[in-house]
Amino acid sequence: MEHSLSTGIQLSLSFIFILLGWAVGKKRESRHCRDINRREQAFRNLPVVTTKHLHDERPVERAHLVHGSVVIAVDAFKVFTSSLRKLVGGEMRGYAPLLDRARREAILRLIESAPDADLFLNLRIETSKISGSAQKMGSVEAIAYATAIRFSASPANDAISS
Amino acid sequence: MQLTNIESIPGKTIVEHYGLVQGSSIRAKHVGRDFAAGLKNLVGGELRGYTELLQESRAQAIERMKLQAIELGANAIVNVRFATSSVAAGASEMMVYGTAVLVE
Repeated sequence: MEHSLSTGIQLSLSFIFILLGWAVGKKRESRHCRDINRREQAFRNLPVVTTKHLHDERPVERAHLVHGSVVIAVDAFKVFTSSLRKLVGGEMRGYAPLLDRARREAILRLIESAPDADLFLNLRIETSKISGSAQKMGSVEAIAYATAIRFSASPANDAISS
Repeated sequence: MQLTNIESIPGKTIVEHYGLVQGSSIRAKHVGRDFAAGLKNLVGGELRGYTELLQESRAQAIERMKLQAIELGANAIVNVRFATSSVAAGASEMMVYGTAVLVE
């Protein structure tokens, strides 16, 4: 009797958590996505490439390593829907936007950490799980790193000298 | 000390190679942070405490790598790579490695 009562409490608690995760998590996710989209617009013309070679004749004033990282937690609703998904297999749609947000946020932080850079070379992204267990997904860390290049002559000066 | 993750330092020439240098740091989260993270795991969102913790850890790994390079007499490190692995529940290792060089 006592046992079934505690199971009942546990079940209703999990239900509340899942509901909370659905309501709050969804709102937070869409807010973060809007924020990322807005910030990405500002850097639309800034080249961030994954190649290593600099195809530019302009003299380089500064080249240095920059990185950006973020840890994003999964919500209870996503954990629940993914556990259902695991029964039948297939794509876990809930996790895709989570990882996408983490990576884009990391890239944005990398760009924002070097406001005077003209170009980012050799961008690398890594993702790692930092909590949770083998069965359950926890939070993920995304790190982006690249070499920030600053040219010594600004385009305006180039036009005058040539 | 100049760091890049490409094979050269643009605008400079590498005159000497000193080989591999590396630095690492393993950090654990403390209980208070873990508790806050547990709550965040219900509603999602960024875990600022963890972000900072991993950044500090990575900064320390970079410092250790730089120290190694300075001891060798290098003034730059090229082709830097980061690696993260969780070594135990609640602890993760940050590792950073690269090639120490002398540039002119």
